[in-house]
Amino acid sequence: MDFSDSPDEAAFRAKAREWLEANATLRDGSEKAQDHFMARDADEVARARDWQARKADAGWAGLTWPSAFGGRDATPIEQVIWNQEEGRYAVPPNAFLIGIGLVGPTVMIHGTDDQKASVLPRALTGEDIWCQLFSEPAAGSDLAGIRTRARRDGDDWVISGQKVWTSGAHYSSHGILLARTDTQVPKHKGMTMFLVDMSDPAIETRSIRQISGSASFNEVFIDDLRVPDSARLGGESDGWKVALTTLMNERFSISVGRASGGARAEELIALAARVERNGRPAIEDGEVRAQLADFIARQRGLEFTSYRVMTSLSRGEAPGEEGSIGKLLLGKLRQEMGAFGMELAGSGAGISAATGDDVARWRNEYLTAPGNRIAGGSDEIQRTIIGERILGLPPEIRVDKDVAFSEL
Amino acid sequence: MNFGFSDEQDTIRETLARMLGDHATLEVAHDRLDSGEGFDTATWSALAKGGWLGLAMSEAEGGSGMGAVELAVLAEEIGRSLAAVPFLSVLGLAVPAIQSAGSEDQRKSLLPSLAEGRTIIATALAEDGGLAPHTVAAKVVQDRLSGQKSPVTFGAEATHALVAAKDEDGTPRLYLADLSASGVTKRALDPIDRTRPATEITFDNTPVELLPGSDPAAIQRLLNGAAVLAAFEQIGLAERVLALTTAYAGERRAFGRQIGSFQAVKHRLADMFAKIELARSNAFFGAWALASGDSRLSEAAAVARLTALDAVQFTTEESIQLHGGIGFTWAADPHLFLRRGWQLKAELGPADMWRERLLDNLADAQRAAS
Ligand SMILES: Cc1cc2nc3c(=O)[nH]c(=O)nc-3n(C[C@H](O)[C@H](O)[C@H](O)COP(=O)(O)OP(=O)(O)OC[C@H]3O[C@@H](n4cnc5c(N)ncnc54)[C@H](O)[C@@H]3O)c2cc1C
Repeated sequence: MDFSDSPDEAAFRAKAREWLEANATLRDGSEKAQDHFMARDADEVARARDWQARKADAGWAGLTWPSAFGGRDATPIEQVIWNQEEGRYAVPPNAFLIGIGLVGPTVMIHGTDDQKASVLPRALTGEDIWCQLFSEPAAGSDLAGIRTRARRDGDDWVISGQKVWTSGAHYSSHGILLARTDTQVPKHKGMTMFLVDMSDPAIETRSIRQISGSASFNEVFIDDLRVPDSARLGGESDGWKVALTTLMNERFSISVGRASGGARAEELIALAARVERNGRPAIEDGEVRAQLADFIARQRGLEFTSYRVMTSLSRGEAPGEEGSIGKLLLGKLRQEMGAFGMELAGSGAGISAATGDDVARWRNEYLTAPGNRIAGGSDEIQRTIIGERILGLPPEIRVDKDVAFSEL
Repeated sequence: MNFGFSDEQDTIRETLARMLGDHATLEVAHDRLDSGEGFDTATWSALAKGGWLGLAMSEAEGGSGMGAVELAVLAEEIGRSLAAVPFLSVLGLAVPAIQSAGSEDQRKSLLPSLAEGRTIIATALAEDGGLAPHTVAAKVVQDRLSGQKSPVTFGAEATHALVAAKDEDGTPRLYLADLSASGVTKRALDPIDRTRPATEITFDNTPVELLPGSDPAAIQRLLNGAAVLAAFEQIGLAERVLALTTAYAGERRAFGRQIGSFQAVKHRLADMFAKIELARSNAFFGAWALASGDSRLSEAAAVARLTALDAVQFTTEESIQLHGGIGFTWAADPHLFLRRGWQLKAELGPADMWRERLLDNLADAQRAAS
């Protein structure tokens, strides 16, 4: 065990820092609050794309990807180092988390050579933006309950149905779509994964406003979308297996991506030094200090948990269920920090301060964090994963597992 | 000892709930949040017409002579309905302040028009969100007030303000300011709940009237009474959000079952319920102490406030969680309650102030006993 950089890692860090120093500006806490992992509008997407292209040019995108697909063959620890360093800079929000974090790894495992060649390099450079067309109105936690149908028609597939909560669908060029191809078998068995072009007129996207007021997710209506069989990712009826790869990488990306990048609890300390509580600087208040220390301790724990996950990856292990730990703890931590920041910034609970900068920032954090506790598998689902797959507890009794989908 | 409402009080609740159900629906709350339109004048006039605004005034004062417990029922139903009305400032603070500390003239001139809903008094006690006596910097010299108050809920819509300010000796007292008088500047703030507009009011040499009975102890008593009533408003809100979340857990299906059949969901709802009931028990104690003038009001108010704050934050945050994706949307109901909950928190000083008050109060009581 060694928490300091090896000589190689130190050299990598120095190079990363040098490039970032020349290409970005350090965060100073005054940046506009951002949604946790998604760009929201065309302007943010354009900035994100520009940043991504510059990174890709300089070889800093998709670090751990094989060089054959435009990556750098870097170790997972080097990825951590990059995340740490990039996290110190005021960079645009990410529009590529789904493409690079979820779709890329899934295509690497399940894709054909053609799919790898057409998907991976363009995802890395940010030319293509991907969204994840999994959840439906009646299938979220119970993803295997999806109803969107894909029917064979000659050499093609014809897909119809509705997806919902699709982050970034409004600016995505492509989507990874889970559909039901066989209703006569139990629900987990009759699904197939597809890669679709979002610009097809058979796909209609309508944005949905979130409690924070911004709209980063969408409803997506699919009406007789015709795709060739080459758009199928993985085997026919292998959709669930493919989806599990995506979901595992999703949990992993959310926990690793955020925990190492954020400096949020430190921002609260800075805030506490600026504002007053009970007539003196808040940072001197015992209750405030206790809370801040607790946030820092939890944040560090999450950060180091993500390094442990990276270490197992460096040893060649696939991302495991450990991603659930970070995923489970991060959302609640963000929610509590948002609440605390709101109270702190508004002196006491006076959340409606006149000059709303700090208040607005932490309010946005507070109203964004609940999504973190739901997206990518809710807190409750993560606990079940930890209980069953890590602790080996007996599974929940499932009433719907062995019944044909059409009988449900 | 009798820890519950009487039959008459329950009848009042039913009548009120019907009336509020006609006016202050969740659709109305959504519309108002979208439009940013604050004060719900239709509901307020309906309350006035029904005689509810004069509930706790004597007949001579233009009211119906009921007491604090009935007022608590009203608070709870308003909380449940999410009506955008200045209940807490007018009935929770201004009316009791005038009743207990106002002069004969002030009572005569203001109470009847308050009961009719013509006069609306916003409370301007806090400065930059702080309510503790040491935060009062506003000052009155020769009946002229200067200082800045925020947040003042419904400050834009009110005709008057009840202001905490120091007198010429530096003692905090309560004053009445006519908001159309000279030297009043209002600035709209940006509250988390736009249906409960908040204002920053700056007074510059504004003529005001002292409430003669408003010594510091009276101000503390008033805050305690308001905290008890606010706790009922919070409890009503929390119960409504629990009810709609429980209903959703009974309808929404996943894995071939209602999500409410999963213990993770069921237990969370049970925790919400337990927190609300705890707050309710404390609030009952508070309502009784308020109605009977018991010396334990301070303690009662603090425990009611602290448990109500906890119940509201927990139920509203977890309501979003248990709704899943839909709970995270603007069009769904849970965030309406979350926003109102925070606003109710902002209006009567932060939890740490009430924790201090509780402990100071207990320490005083112990000293007195020994
Ligand atoms: C901000 C955000 C972004 C998202 N982005 C995407 C996206 O890009 N693509 C995509 O496909 N989806 C996306 N989603 C959808 C997300 O994956 C689902 O919302 C999530 O899986 C929950 O599903 P649901 O909304 O149907 O809630 P439900 O599954 O109906 O859950 C409701 C409640 O019941 C609980 N529950 C359900 N089953 C159980 C159980 N077995 N045991 C205990 N509790 C249970 C849940 O934890 C939750 O609290 C996003 C969601 C959010 C909030």
